[in-house]
Parts: sequence; structure tokens; C-alpha cells
Amino acid sequence: MSFPWAHEYKPEHPLMQWMDEKLPLPRLVYNAVGSGYPVPRNLNYWWNFGFLALICLAIQIVSGIILAMHYAANGAVAFDSVEHIMRDVNWGWLMRYAHANGASAFFVVIYIHIFRGFFYGSYKAPREMVWLLGVVIFLLMMATAFMGYVLPWGQMSFWGAKVITGLFGAIPLVGEPLQQWLLGGFAPDNAALNRFFSLHYLLPFVIVGVVVLHIWALHIPGSSNPTGVEVKTESDTVPFYPYFIAKDGWAVGAFLLIYCAVLFFAPNMLGHPDNYIPANPMSTPAHIVPEWYFWPFYAILRAFTSDFFFIPAKLMGVLAMFSAILVWFFLPWLDRSPVRSGKYRPMFKWFYVILIIDALVLGYCGGAPAAEPFVMISQIAAIYYFAHFLIILPIVSAIERPEPLPFSITEAVLGQDDQAAPGAAA
Amino acid sequence: MAQDAGTDIPGHIAGDGVRRRDFINIAAVSAAGVGGLATLVPLISQMAPSADVLAESSTEVDISQIKPGQAIKGVFRKQPVFIRNLTPKEIAEADAVSVSSLRDPQTLAERTKEGKENWLITMGVCTHLGCVPLGAGEGEVKGEFGGYFCPCHGSSYDTAARIRKGPAPKNLEVPEYSFTTDTVVKIG
Repeated sequence: MSFPWAHEYKPEHPLMQWMDEKLPLPRLVYNAVGSGYPVPRNLNYWWNFGFLALICLAIQIVSGIILAMHYAANGAVAFDSVEHIMRDVNWGWLMRYAHANGASAFFVVIYIHIFRGFFYGSYKAPREMVWLLGVVIFLLMMATAFMGYVLPWGQMSFWGAKVITGLFGAIPLVGEPLQQWLLGGFAPDNAALNRFFSLHYLLPFVIVGVVVLHIWALHIPGSSNPTGVEVKTESDTVPFYPYFIAKDGWAVGAFLLIYCAVLFFAPNMLGHPDNYIPANPMSTPAHIVPEWYFWPFYAILRAFTSDFFFIPAKLMGVLAMFSAILVWFFLPWLDRSPVRSGKYRPMFKWFYVILIIDALVLGYCGGAPAAEPFVMISQIAAIYYFAHFLIILPIVSAIERPEPLPFSITEAVLGQDDQAAPGAAA
Repeated sequence: MAQDAGTDIPGHIAGDGVRRRDFINIAAVSAAGVGGLATLVPLISQMAPSADVLAESSTEVDISQIKPGQAIKGVFRKQPVFIRNLTPKEIAEADAVSVSSLRDPQTLAERTKEGKENWLITMGVCTHLGCVPLGAGEGEVKGEFGGYFCPCHGSSYDTAARIRKGPAPKNLEVPEYSFTTDTVVKIG
């Protein structure tokens, strides 16, 4: 599970020795996130976002459990109970704003984490399983975030729930019964609110479980690094503790500064004012939009305005939206280039930049009203999005001539590697 | 293997190599499997609409106060339902449309009850993504076909609540209903 030069756990205190014999939990921690885990010495700041994601998950779970102590999942009182948290509960406003903005922070961090993976080829062998589990975590996060947004039972909560469960109604034959089964009724109501609360409480712990698998799978080959060259000798690595714990601590400090700035000075910046109006099944808000982190996918959903062969437009939009994430599962096999890091891939580099722009354009269109020119722009951007994964990546990886890779991580850092290649370097 | 109770039966007694133990294995696993699957039935169907939700799924509406050209919003299955008293002009407009030119071809007569063609009763739920269209309330926009207009994505419905323009795939749904008297409609 680790490199032969990894430090071994040697408890000195008799109590810890006793513990190590009965239940070697400290040993597990030592090997997972302590000195027992050697990591490449050249990791840059983009590698801090995995740890930051863990911090976000912790913030969400702690603030969420506290909110659940004061929240009531009943259609008649849910909205009022959120206002009760905001106005009456000691520090309730802090907990709610921390949780709502924590979700946004979590998605910012996770999108950077994902795009880090895109650029440095973190999804490539031997780390395919790390990637696949990561996509599963992202899907779970989306489900959790969606159900959490329904709980305040404001207008956006209600109509978001209606539109998103309405997507399932587009499935032929089973669509309508499936939608009624999901909602426990014909429209979002108490039954839906209660089950969303139940699942919103459950799924974060499922995420914790998959995160453990994600880290476990990562620690078998060890962390990747910006050069994409695998670790060769001890000089390529440093122990995770203290080196990267310290660096992650620095990143957490920087993250908390930005997070708290939003939390204390602009807590409603990313929210929607319509959600401060209690849910009203009789009146639709003029402009239904999901939270910002779903905008790119919402744009793809709405990009299909006419029937596609024999598939109705509505179903096509639903299929495209889900495919936009499912295509990530195939990424390790779509990108066939043996070079991992985008740093050494002159063509891929540019398409990566275009993909980022494309995702931002989709995001902007998803938040805009469904009118021209945004529909047309999101159609073009959606086509490009799928073309990037299904056409451009396979072709680029076949025809591209990568730049020469460094001999080793040490060479990339120091300019020479005497230990691994005696005599090879001058 | 020799300690396995089922294995020491000679082949000629057990038949074509099938052991008594195989039968017990298959029977036990099958029973557990069927039992497991049967347990899923309550676990899954508890999420379906409950009895009280289903019991609410019929509603009676007094329509005596609705003048021609007016409409009211009722509630059916916790969703809006539009009850509209069409004017002769609106009926003529709906009948004048060539049915074959429609996205979801239906005549006004097919969407109303015989002898009560002026009573257009539909769900107030846009068939696109479920928004509530405008046009039933006093002074609301009725869209370019004089029926309903959905502000979310611009679907326009005509005076028979049929989809004419925009992304919605179907006409506004006509729920099951009947006239219990001349002035009372039972929906559902």
C-alpha cells in the first residue's frame, strides 16, 4: 500500500503499544495521513483542494446536524422554522448562513478539484478507481445539495423540486408513476419534504463512506503530481506529516478567510431572494433558477428545444443533462494519451482552456432567462462540451506529440537526480 | 470435503452428479432471495402517495358565479386547476383551427363535455416543466392565442388550452371530471 521507504509506525508509550496490539487505529491514521504516507515532493497548491473538500464536508455535517436540532420538516412550519433559526435560535443565523454558503464553498472547492484532475490527468491508470469514486461523490453531492435547497420551503425550493422531479416525468412509460413515487403525491408536499429531509441527513454520511474509499484507492498507487511522472525513489517524496499537513493547514487558513468574508459580509450573495417567499403551489416565480453550481447542467437541460429524431425535446434534455456527468465515468478510457500531465501536452493544454471557458459560458446561460441569445449559445456550448470528451480528447491523444518528460520528480524539482540516475545526469 | 455431510453419497445414487446438498443450497438461497425481494415491496411502496393524499384527490367546485369570458383557479391534488367559461367567440376561434396543424391534435369537443362546450376545465400546470401558466386570473396575460401563457419558458396555449407555441410538448391536461349538477363540477 505504500512505498518501501515509508516511515513505520513505532509506538513508544506502553498504552499506545497496548492499543496497537488490540486495535491498530493509530497505525491506520499514521499510515493514511501521517508520516507513514510519502507524497511527491513537488505537489503544487492545486493539490490542496482535496483536503479543503474534506474540511467543507466537515463544516456541512457539523452545521447541518445543528440546524436539524431546530428545523421542522413539515410543510406547514418548515419556512417558519427556518426564520425561527434566523431570528430566535442563539447563533442560528450563523449556523444557517454557514451551511448555505458552505454548500457553495464545497462546490467551488470540488469544481477546482475536478478540473485539477482534468488538467493533470489524475484519472489515468493506475488511478481510474480514484476518479470513478470521485464522480460518485460528486453525484451524491448534487443529490444532497438539491434536497437541502428544498428544505427551507420557499418559492425557489418548491418550484425547484417541482421542475427537477418533473424531469423524471419525461421518461417514457414509467415517468409519471415514477415522479409520483418520488414525491409521494402529485406535486411537492409534506411527503416530499419529509423524505428529502431524511435523505439529506443520510447522504452526507454515505459521502463520508465513499470519501474513505476514494482515499483508500488513492493510497494504493500514491498521489499523482504535477509532472505526471511516477515516484521512483525516496528523494521524490516527503512524508505527508508534517510537510503536507502544514501546507494543507495554510490552505485551510486562506480558504477560511474567503469563506468567512462571504459568510459575514455577503451571506445572501449566492442565494435567491424568491426563496424568502413561502412556497406557494398556486403561483410560479417569473424566473426559476437552481443554485449557481447547477447552472452549467441546467443550461444543457434547456438547450434541447426541438425533438431529436424520435426522442421528445424534454426527454432529450434530461438525458443530455445526466450524460454530461456520466461521460466523466468514461474519461480514463477516452483520453488515451500515455502522458498524464497537461503541462507536457501542447495541444491538450489549449482544449483544456477552451473547456473551462465552455463550462463558464454554460454556467452563465444556465442562470440567464431561457430566451435568445442564451438558448442558442447554450446549444453551441453543450455540443462543444460533449465534443470535448467524445471527439476531441480521443483524437488529440492520438495525434498529439507530447513534450519530453523529466526523468524523475527530483530532476523536475532540482534540475538533476543523482540518486536515481547515477552518472546519467551531468 | 470428506467432512461435508452431503458429499459422501456415491455418484450412482445421487444421479447425474447432483448432490442432495446442491438441492438444499439452491432451496435455501432461493427462499432467502424470494424473502429478500418480498421485503423490498413495503420498503419501496411506502414512498408512493399515501391514503390521505389519494383521498384528497377529488374536489368539488361551484361554477355558478363564473361569467362567460371569466375563469377561476381551483385546487386539485394540491395543484391549480383552471375552470373557464368560454365566450362564443373563443369557442369559434378554437373550432376554426385545423386540428392536423396542432402539436398535440385534439378538438375543443374532445376536451370538454358534450353540451357543455363552454366549460373548459384543465390543469393549471404547464406540460413543459410544471409552472403555473397565466391567463386564468383577472387581468393576466393570455398570450398570443388568447388562452394561457406560461412565463417560465414562453409556452402559449389557445382558447382550448392547446399548445400552440413554445417548448411544452402537450396540451394542458384535462383532468377527469363530471357535472354533479348544472352548477357544481366534481374533479377527480
